[in-house]
Amino acid sequence: MKRSLASALLLLALAAPAHAVQPDEILPDPVLEARARHLSEQLRCMVCQNQSIDDSDAALAKDLRVLVRERLKAGDSDAQVKDYLVARYGDFILLKPPFKTETLALWLAPLAALVLGAAAVLSRRRRPEPVAPLTAEEKATLESLTRES
Amino acid sequence: MIVEIGHYALVLACALALVQAVAPIWGATRGDSALMAVARPLALTQFLFVAIAYAALTHAHLVSDFSVANVVENSHSAKPLIYKISGVWGNHEGSMLLWVLILSMCGAAVAALAARMPRDLYANALGVQGMIGAAFYLFILATSNPFARLANPPMEGADLNPILQDPGLAIHPPLLYLGYVGFSISFSFAAAALISGRIDANWARIVRPWTLAAWIFLTLGIAMGSYWAYYTLGWGGFWFWDPVENASLMPWLAGTALIHCASVMEKRDALKIWTIFLSILAFSLSLLGTFLVRSGVLTSVHAFASDPTRGVFILGILALAIGSALALFAWRASSLQGGGIFAPISREGALVLNNLLLTAACATVLVGTLYPLALEALTGEKISVGAPFFNLMMAPIAIPLFIAIPFGQQLAWKRGDLLAAAQRLLVAAIAALVAALIFFALHGGPAVPVALSALAIFVVVGAFADVAHRIAPRGFSSPNKWARAKGLPLSAWGTAIAHAGFGVSLLGIAATGWGVEKITTVKMGDVVTLGPYVVLVQDFSARNGPNYNETFARMQVRSAGAPVAEIEPSKRFYPARRMPRTEAGIATLGLGQVYVSLGEQGKDGGLDARFYWKPLVTLIWIGALIMAFGGLASVADRRLRIGVARRARNAPQGVPAE
Repeated sequence: MKRSLASALLLLALAAPAHAVQPDEILPDPVLEARARHLSEQLRCMVCQNQSIDDSDAALAKDLRVLVRERLKAGDSDAQVKDYLVARYGDFILLKPPFKTETLALWLAPLAALVLGAAAVLSRRRRPEPVAPLTAEEKATLESLTRES
Repeated sequence: MIVEIGHYALVLACALALVQAVAPIWGATRGDSALMAVARPLALTQFLFVAIAYAALTHAHLVSDFSVANVVENSHSAKPLIYKISGVWGNHEGSMLLWVLILSMCGAAVAALAARMPRDLYANALGVQGMIGAAFYLFILATSNPFARLANPPMEGADLNPILQDPGLAIHPPLLYLGYVGFSISFSFAAAALISGRIDANWARIVRPWTLAAWIFLTLGIAMGSYWAYYTLGWGGFWFWDPVENASLMPWLAGTALIHCASVMEKRDALKIWTIFLSILAFSLSLLGTFLVRSGVLTSVHAFASDPTRGVFILGILALAIGSALALFAWRASSLQGGGIFAPISREGALVLNNLLLTAACATVLVGTLYPLALEALTGEKISVGAPFFNLMMAPIAIPLFIAIPFGQQLAWKRGDLLAAAQRLLVAAIAALVAALIFFALHGGPAVPVALSALAIFVVVGAFADVAHRIAPRGFSSPNKWARAKGLPLSAWGTAIAHAGFGVSLLGIAATGWGVEKITTVKMGDVVTLGPYVVLVQDFSARNGPNYNETFARMQVRSAGAPVAEIEPSKRFYPARRMPRTEAGIATLGLGQVYVSLGEQGKDGGLDARFYWKPLVTLIWIGALIMAFGGLASVADRRLRIGVARRARNAPQGVPAE
């Protein structure tokens, strides 16, 4: 809350001063490089706070970027690269968690919020507005008023 | 001595807050006007004492008083003056002091305008403000004392983190805090309404300007933080779905829902319970943000969050505040009378849809941010929830919201006509189509930015369809359009402007899809082609700043052979903290920017650098400014000012200050 990005910034400062994606990492084949960039954006730099390896300056992120490119050069599909990394580092490396029992609540939460909200709105709508009956005092006042006029 | 005065003033403020937490509410329940009346002087003097405390700490930073631990840890005698001032809130203790300064300022502002409000309402509201204040004063005094002295003062300070030595730090946190803490006012008034069991359109009219003001500041604060990250982080991203960012986005989403919902309550006396709930939610999420950032649960490396007792203390405040507010809500909400009824297709119906989508978005961010923490605590399994997840989940919520905005604006209260609304939006739809064709012709695909930019244009043009219809209704000749335009309530203009701003931001976001990126090693004399521009690398050089040294590159941006801008991207090194910092070189050309950030220098003298051309990127933040301006127009609306005029009329008659 202090500075909305402070943690990311601080980490950047703590990490090695190397840059995210460096020129020497880039693959000569633009199609393969585009796939590598797309994959990198979905992989977490595990020593950073919520940064992808594409954004991160950390040495580990560089190693992973090179690793991703090596796997792609070896002919892996995107899914194979991800599987390879998950087998080594666990689901933690995926910035978009897999859909499985443990993450069911996470994936369904937005839908649940919408459905619950809509249900609340609809249930309130069906209920007719209750109109409070007049109290004896109010009735008496009303009668006296109508008699006067 | 000045430092001790500051410390003592804070203790006094805490004592006043404790009295304020008890006396006015007790007075309101017993109908004792003398007890209720103490709320006002208490809130005003409390602000005075916190201001003294804050001024004392600022003084210590300004004169570099290295006998104060906080100054030693975060300042340096050679630090530029602006960062000595902003450095006061550039650390945990000081930022908490700024938090309570703004909180007491809000309390004092309510107290100053108290004559406009029902007496028991403001007594209860200030009582709740007193409780929040007391909790945070105790937190600062017990765990985060900024006035602590050192027995053996060093000769020099450790300097402020270089990343924070930036004009961004001077502006961003105060704006953000004004937003966060501003929501405490609607929270306090919601609690007050629940305590007294009475809520009506007048309540909404009293609370609305406060909520809008908080929303304006939060909008500006988030935009400022986003731009700060954009130019500091060196790869030109503007939003990272970082948990700390999410912590500020959640109150914004809830607050946006609240200002819409409160307008229904004000105009139509409906959605009362929901308004109360959102008031509680917006501030609860602000407190949650404080807890997430301050406690260190989000990250172990966060620089000012290492002390676990602070986390436990804030968690206690959080549990107490949110828990008791929700308990009060559950207990008393049913006693609030419901109001006007409406058809599903109506302004109210559209605003309910707005609330549904915004709260679903808020729930998505909340669950996405907390889920990894909860899962790890429960099962020990570590997962990551990052940008790809949030982008995927938010798009199906945000896109219907954008489409619905112009429709909602066209619908009448109580019962609307969707077909007529669609007819009035014909111009906007045509404009969107034309824009899509133009953007496609300019940039070619891909389809996503073209579709999003068309949607953005639809929102921008559609935002003014309602105003246009009211100035010149179809089928009527209206000779004096200017008089009609001036006669429209400012809130109608505010709505149109704020919605248009939302569309403008979307256009900026859509345009990121047309950006150009070049990552390459350059030497002096190299030329890099970047979309419509060419960047000429002139030379590399070095120089010294006040508390850093830097290597920088001089570059010239050229368009069709003629130079249009000079930029100097640099890499700085701050010796006091032994930390580097990258300064991007940015040239704003039209609404787009050329953005260059430097990497490492190789042995052969070549320099790694990232070059970007980002068309229309400034619209992201300009849109936020427009949104804030729309909010300002709404705050200035006549119906919200009327109470002020009445107060001024009453003042000379010597109404006692209550």
